[in-house]
Amino acid sequence: MKPVLAVKDLSVTFRTEDGPLSAVDRVSFEVGDGEVLAVVGESGCGKSVTAMSIAGLLPRTATVNGSVELDGTELIGADKRTLRSIRGREVAYIFQEPMTSLNPVFTVGHQIIEVLRTHIGLNRQAAHARAVELLKLVGIPSAERRVGDYPHQLSGGMRQRVMIAMAVACDPKVLIADEPTTALDVTIQAGILDVLRGLRERLGTSIVLITHDLGVVADLADRVAVMYAGRVVETAEVHDLFAHPEHPYTVGLLGASPAAGRHAESQRLNEIPGLVPVLSEQPDACTFADRCTRAVDTCTSSQPQLTDGPHRVACWNPVRDRVEV
Amino acid sequence: MVDNALEVEDLVMHFGPVRAVDGVTLRIRQGTVVALVGESGSGKSTVGRCIVRLLEPTGGTVRLAGADITHLSRRRLRPHRRDVSIVFQDPAGSLDPRLSVGDIVGEPLRLMRRKDISTKVSESLQRVGLRPEVAQRAPHELSGGQRQRVSIARALISEPRLLVADEPTSALDVSVQAAVLNLLADLQRDLGFACLFITHDLSAVEYLADEVAVMYLGQLVEQGPRARIFGHPAHPYTQALLSAAPVPDPAEQRARRPVLLGDDLPSAIDPPPGCRFHTRCPVAVDTCRTVVPERRTIGEGGHQVACHLVKDDGTGPDVRPTEGVAQ
Ligand SMILES: Nc1ncnc2c1ncn2[C@@H]1O[C@H](COP(=O)(O)OP(=O)(O)OP(=O)(O)O)[C@@H](O)[C@H]1O
Ligand SMILES: Nc1ncnc2c1ncn2[C@@H]1O[C@H](COP(=O)(O)OP(=O)(O)O)[C@@H](O)[C@H]1O
Ligand code: SF4
Ligand code: SF4
Ligand SMILES: [Mg+2]
Ligand SMILES: [Mg+2]
Repeated sequence: MKPVLAVKDLSVTFRTEDGPLSAVDRVSFEVGDGEVLAVVGESGCGKSVTAMSIAGLLPRTATVNGSVELDGTELIGADKRTLRSIRGREVAYIFQEPMTSLNPVFTVGHQIIEVLRTHIGLNRQAAHARAVELLKLVGIPSAERRVGDYPHQLSGGMRQRVMIAMAVACDPKVLIADEPTTALDVTIQAGILDVLRGLRERLGTSIVLITHDLGVVADLADRVAVMYAGRVVETAEVHDLFAHPEHPYTVGLLGASPAAGRHAESQRLNEIPGLVPVLSEQPDACTFADRCTRAVDTCTSSQPQLTDGPHRVACWNPVRDRVEV
Repeated sequence: MVDNALEVEDLVMHFGPVRAVDGVTLRIRQGTVVALVGESGSGKSTVGRCIVRLLEPTGGTVRLAGADITHLSRRRLRPHRRDVSIVFQDPAGSLDPRLSVGDIVGEPLRLMRRKDISTKVSESLQRVGLRPEVAQRAPHELSGGQRQRVSIARALISEPRLLVADEPTSALDVSVQAAVLNLLADLQRDLGFACLFITHDLSAVEYLADEVAVMYLGQLVEQGPRARIFGHPAHPYTQALLSAAPVPDPAEQRARRPVLLGDDLPSAIDPPPGCRFHTRCPVAVDTCRTVVPERRTIGEGGHQVACHLVKDDGTGPDVRPTEGVAQ
């Protein structure tokens, strides 16, 4: 099956006062129709930059190379008009902080209606009815009344629901959700994850879910891409990744969060000493080498490439001591 | 020696019309860790700030190792300052950028001789896994995890009986969180201080806490030993909270069904009458809307709950859908 979104060898470098900063290095992944791909990794690993480059939301200081194809249309280097027709319509975004992307002086209904009028050309009445429908879709109670609320009258969870309603207003092929629940309580998060699950099931929306919360990944993802220092270091189907992580960084991440029912007396958490490096250029080496307990000589002299197949890993000495049951 | 490092009795803290904390009673035995959990805005940090007397409570009492400090003046509070310390969520914002790490860590001892302070600072830095040379650096030269170690070193330098840790890991990456949680567990075991561990992260609660107290809209709805709370949560809110936290295991997580409570956390200015949780409780009955549920002990280990439907033997409603239903 042809993927809806195909990212190939995507690289992003920023010009900064301290010289160039390489944020993303030859990242490749694909997202199938109705598939949820989770992108995980620590802060600064390049998750948001990858997401923003998908529809040209990066600042002018960024140089982008490589290819991003949405349903066969190349987005990197595309003209403004193509991008404008795609952004918000074919690809939509939701961010961690809904308040920063909602306009405080307009009602939420007004904002959804604007999206519908500009992108789909609905008339005011039809757009209003559709806005109410969308608010219902994302689980906002008394949607007919809430459509007239201003953003500050809503709780954080409801604002995020409104953001999702706006994002899916034009029935996008791909929804990019960058840490959509990080700012929310678990009780509220559960509701938002449920809405995302519903979108995928009812509308068949493909979702790129960026998160650092492995519980959220376990809940929603079909496949996972693990990023480290601007590179994808491992991708696999979700059950396979949790059961058989192969990259030492993935193994480290999985061991770092406490397991259910475990107290400090019986389990020590896995620490990954050191920090994610900030790179001005990408070395021909594994960038995890100075933190890796499995490093071998090759690791510092040659960059490991992603293997082929359903479970791909970029490592010279991957963890393969599987215990089959 | 007094058994309890901390006794909080009927604590009330109002900010004008905001009833942030409204009658909290809590004890922490010497050398034990009590986790305080609950949604954003439920009053956890306010309880913490009253205990370290960054705030003067509106009502109730706070006793540190038996001494009533509720309304002591700054001057009379001084001898008690060494008994309790606090570590905050934001490791950047809580350290004075104009001071060196050494000055920050040694600040609680400022009345001692300089030479003694610098020995203590070195010891304290080493205890949290930092090299003594770090004392010369400025906080902004350190990573988030290192800064949080500095706050912990500072908090523990006076050898307090009680540490209030207010979301000490929330601003950190998972791998760094792990290091800070390990550090807190090690220090707590070796030094034996009592700890009020305020957090959103339920897996961290299971990892560190001996007891758990669950807060909702300014009040405690349930508290008890860790194994009881995680194994047999009695209050519908506790049950919902536990069911909502996703576990990092796809097979297990997909078999679970969270209780969805709706997003509308009522306002602390005008909390609902009766049981404050009744506007979101899936099993609320008429009584819940008018009568405030009393706090009752329902089992060994001081398991307490405030809910009309929980019986004295601890049996009662379970709002969680049956788990493991075939898909
Ligand atoms: N100085 C203040 N003035 C007025 N209201 C306050 C003040 N401090 C806290 N509040 C209010 O008191 C309530 C409890 O706040 P608190 O910070 O204790 O919550 P919390 O449980 O720590 O939340 P979080 O999980 O978000 O840290 C909230 O409604 C908050 O807005
Ligand atoms: N506008 C920008 N200018 C310069 N550097 C940036 C910019 N945006 C992000 N970066 C850098 O790119 C790297 C990746 O950032 P980001 O994608 O935001 O990480 P993540 O989302 O994984 O936490 C980081 O080193 C970050 O500091
Ligand atoms: S390539 Fe080498 S250094 Fe990098 S993760 Fe694999 S073993 Fe570790
Ligand atoms: S007292 Fe009533 S409303 Fe409150 S938790 Fe118990 S059943 Fe629910
Ligand atoms: Mg980000
Ligand atoms: Mg707080």
